[in-house]
Amino acid sequence: MPIGPFKPAPPSDDKRWKIVAGTMRRHGETPNALIETLHTVQETFGFIDKDALRFVAGSLRVPLSKAYGVATFYHHFQMKPKGEHTCVICTGTACYIKGVPELLAVMRDEFGISPGETTADNRVSLLTARCVGACGLAPVAVVDGDVMGKLTASQLRERVGRCVRDDAA
Amino acid sequence: MTQLEDLQRIASEETERRQGCRHRLCVCIAAGCVSSHSDQVQASLTNEVKRRGLEGQVEVRPVGCMGLCSAGPLVQEETSGVLYQHVRQEDAAEILDSLDAKPVERLRCDSGQPFFRRQQKIVLENSGVINPHRIEDYIAAGGYEALVQALTSMKPMEVVEEVIRSGLRGRGGGGYPTGLKWSTVAKAGGDKKYVVCNADEGDPGAFMDRAVLESDPHRVLEGMAIAGYATGADMGYVYIRAEYPLAIAHLRTAIRQAKKMDLLGNSICGTRFNFDVELRLGAGAFVCGEETALIASIEGGRGQPRPRPPYPAQSGLWGKSTLINNVETFANIAPIIRRGGDWFASIGTAKSKGTKVFALAGKIRNTGLIEVPMGVTLREIVFDIGGGIPGGHRFKAVQTGGPSGGCIPEQHLDMPVDYDSLREIGSIMGSGGMIVIDETSSMVDVAKYFMEFCMSESCGKCIPCRVGTHHMHGLLEKILEGHASAADVAQLEALCDMVMHTSLCGLGITAPNPVLSTLRHFRGEYEGLLQPAGGNGHASPSPAGGA
Repeated sequence: MPIGPFKPAPPSDDKRWKIVAGTMRRHGETPNALIETLHTVQETFGFIDKDALRFVAGSLRVPLSKAYGVATFYHHFQMKPKGEHTCVICTGTACYIKGVPELLAVMRDEFGISPGETTADNRVSLLTARCVGACGLAPVAVVDGDVMGKLTASQLRERVGRCVRDDAA
Repeated sequence: MTQLEDLQRIASEETERRQGCRHRLCVCIAAGCVSSHSDQVQASLTNEVKRRGLEGQVEVRPVGCMGLCSAGPLVQEETSGVLYQHVRQEDAAEILDSLDAKPVERLRCDSGQPFFRRQQKIVLENSGVINPHRIEDYIAAGGYEALVQALTSMKPMEVVEEVIRSGLRGRGGGGYPTGLKWSTVAKAGGDKKYVVCNADEGDPGAFMDRAVLESDPHRVLEGMAIAGYATGADMGYVYIRAEYPLAIAHLRTAIRQAKKMDLLGNSICGTRFNFDVELRLGAGAFVCGEETALIASIEGGRGQPRPRPPYPAQSGLWGKSTLINNVETFANIAPIIRRGGDWFASIGTAKSKGTKVFALAGKIRNTGLIEVPMGVTLREIVFDIGGGIPGGHRFKAVQTGGPSGGCIPEQHLDMPVDYDSLREIGSIMGSGGMIVIDETSSMVDVAKYFMEFCMSESCGKCIPCRVGTHHMHGLLEKILEGHASAADVAQLEALCDMVMHTSLCGLGITAPNPVLSTLRHFRGEYEGLLQPAGGNGHASPSPAGGA
């Protein structure tokens, strides 16, 4: 573990690193702050890249291997940038028995992406959620933050199709 | 400094303010209704009130979950009790027109239907009634009285004894007696103790905790502060899923308001008791619902469990004695202190006291959130409250307890719901998710779904769970594809036994439950998919499939 006042500099002079540094400061710059800081990185940058991980690990005096282990352990943390649009399909039990397999088939057959993937033109990323907690509206997908309940395969095809053509609202 | 009189003054001011309005329209702003755009309904009602210059007379109040999520967005006129369903923003003018006339019939939802009538609310008593953004609303509903009462007129041990008397058991699913846990932490030595609220509601198909936190966040904070006083802790953490942005926002507001009123922080209510609460966001790992994994995650590491003992009550967060309870458990505390442990113990069955909140979902007419006394039958829940199966389909099973639970077939529907009877028939109470399954779903497919969940959520620390769930998933796939023989089912059962008895934590120990319970009650479905003995492994594909 490094000793002394050494503190790594932010990876770039991007102003957003100040927000990340703020979170670390608020938590006393101890290893305990690792997860909270990774949340902040993801919120501000959209994903966590290697430079960010190095900066956070160094600042919090956490071995890089541990920081990498934590970042990859949790599903919520994304190590790759997302596409311009995101489609999150809920795979909770209620959604599953009400037709998630059909929805995933639409994404695979029509748009060529499986969960965790982004279309080649970088337009749409497909993610799955364990349960978004809107089981009363199953099956549910969240497209660019817009919750779509009681979703049919054709509605999903239409909505994601708009994202691909980029005439989405 | 907030004393009982201050609370009463705030409460009466609040009641007066409300009575100044002739009509009060409550709009549900919990996640279920927001997903069907209740925020737009609230905005258009508010605009319409402004446009008509009725600000002093009609109050549009955002409230928490009213329960019947399938009919959302829901709007209730509080004074007359008229409930409207599927309200759209265009309906605002018509609803306002109706206030001094007849209700809008085309939007009406029968509030006398069994869904509402058959419930008994303790945890959800304020849900759908108070505005979760305002501490005054909570205080007007009797909030924080229990905390002041505990701090000013009870010794810590008396609080623990009251909880023991209530017979409350952990609502996260395990059913461990809450009072016993509290007394262990209270008796533990050490200069520092922690209270942790487990709001990492990871079971797919369960949204009780989310609804409580969104609808009535102060209730949970009050329960935690009382727990802190009773056990001698001065710091609390709420470990909440990052997937619940609305609940996080409501909790943050609530913590800020409570601190401002000296109901959290230093010298609460002018006493020497200090208690602070901070949030820690989960990051999407089901295993973090396990208490030792949760602790590891709060400490900033990978959420991996460790062997117990020592239990968190002896050595928890940063090695200190830690009390961990679920959201719903904490939500029961204030009413228990306010109305006494004996009152609570008078509700429910001999060994399971009080009420339980369930999230009803799946192939059922009334999906949403319900609270019923322990001991009601599953049939009442599914057919009376839930309204039965839609679309002319037949009931097949109800799944309780999520990936750790099991499927209950029709012949057990008349069994009373409590911790022990559910366990007897191979399921568990769990945190409260209830998914109804009709005849269009294959039970083997349901078992595979849960095994896939456990396989990908296994933290990888112990081999039985990491490798066992993988193999069980493979066997279930093989069965569903029609390539399996009776020997594969025998191997599946052997693996269930091994994983159950040798895994480190609850995830692995309970992972075989969905398979075992479907094998127990729906063995015919497995056998129907098998190759006849001596088959060549290339039979027709599985007839089973999702709906």
